[in-house]
Amino acid sequence: MPQEVGRQYKEIMGKYLERPSEEDLYVGQQFSRRFIEKEIAPEDVISIHKTALIELHPELQDEVWNSLDFLIEMMIHYGLTLREHQSLIRKQEAIQMEMNVATKVQDTLLKTKMPCVGGLDVGYISQPATQMNGDYVYFLNKKHESGVAVADVIGKGIPAALCMSMIKFGMDGLPDGNTSPQNVLGIINRIVEKSVDDSMFISMFYGKYNAEDTTFSYASAGHEPALHFNSRTGEFSELDAKGLLLGVKPDTEYEERSVVLNDGDFIAMMTDGVTETRTEEGFIDMNAIQNLLHDVKDKSAQQIAEHVYHHLAGLQNYRLSDDFTIVIFKKQPEQV
Amino acid sequence: MDLRSSVEIITEWDIVAARQLGRNEAKKAGFGTVDQARITTAISELARNIYLYAGKGKIEIERVTDNGKFGIKIIASDEGPGIPDLRKVMEDGFSTSGGLGAGMPGVKRLMDEFKVVSETGAGTTITTTKWLH
Repeated sequence: MPQEVGRQYKEIMGKYLERPSEEDLYVGQQFSRRFIEKEIAPEDVISIHKTALIELHPELQDEVWNSLDFLIEMMIHYGLTLREHQSLIRKQEAIQMEMNVATKVQDTLLKTKMPCVGGLDVGYISQPATQMNGDYVYFLNKKHESGVAVADVIGKGIPAALCMSMIKFGMDGLPDGNTSPQNVLGIINRIVEKSVDDSMFISMFYGKYNAEDTTFSYASAGHEPALHFNSRTGEFSELDAKGLLLGVKPDTEYEERSVVLNDGDFIAMMTDGVTETRTEEGFIDMNAIQNLLHDVKDKSAQQIAEHVYHHLAGLQNYRLSDDFTIVIFKKQPEQV
Repeated sequence: MDLRSSVEIITEWDIVAARQLGRNEAKKAGFGTVDQARITTAISELARNIYLYAGKGKIEIERVTDNGKFGIKIIASDEGPGIPDLRKVMEDGFSTSGGLGAGMPGVKRLMDEFKVVSETGAGTTITTTKWLH
């Protein structure tokens, strides 16, 4: 095969040396793709060139042949670097395939079931900035109540994603009857504190809607405040409660607060990927988010979540700088 | 016939002497220009590593045959500090980024067979062979 390549190279170059033309250069360049396909090293290309030249013009001076030998020597490290790059690219492809599998595993592991209690409309969207998501939404469903955890590992990507499975199993293992937001954060905090590296912090908001008295109670571990839209006044208020990030101190106490929801009210729970959306002009502010939510206040919970996402992601040309999660709990008139 | 010759590596100029010996041997063994350059580069890298990291050592070059195949074997040995993490130095991108040149994966690619034995505090021996195709 190398002989065949060499013969063709000589033919193309021979034509060019006889009468230089753009056409021969074009043909030559097309031919060079075969060198690349066959992974012929740069030093071998020069050797092929030299062999062809000896056959075409044996009368040339020694300086020419020596200079080509010199050039071969110069090309050895280029050839090595090229092969190293090729091997790194193959390695990267292998890592990418593993990542795809890991993403699927994550999706399966972290699967959660949308709540379904009377009078509550739920919608959410969670989009990772890179391949794996460091934000996490988990619903805890009971007969007359639905809880939701919105968590954000500081940082993103694989380490953040790995951390999330711990939250999920912590939530799954919660003892029955112990699901007040205060207790949930207390328990998860102890699990995180025990299992996670000191440099890893998780913020989490836990909210619970009780369908019997239409109250929404919540607690926060250093998380973004949620927004409550009051349909009677048409105003928003921030829902925040005192509490340290998860994993900082084992005996942290979390404040619990609550608010009554009327028909048409909704709660928007978010991660900082939403509130810290960066545009060319800088960060957007809370007012902008409130305006966005206000524009679609009469839509379904899912439509509200998607509206906010598409608007804010659109501002960043859909290249998210951080994982983006928003959950909407909307109080509806109970259907009889 | 003298089948084995060697060069002590103590100063940087000894690297050039090892290269010269390798190129002559490769030529005599019948390797083409490009393979001569590859064998010489491998010797050059091995000798440089001895010079830079072990202080001194030697490069031996011998002709070998195996089942009718002919080739050249290079043995680079030193009594230097040894290589603590062999897996790491055999990784692509490790040595080149540190400015070591082609590094061990490079030598391995230039040649056909490659073996390294290293003991921390006792030294390193690298044996590598290229066959005439």
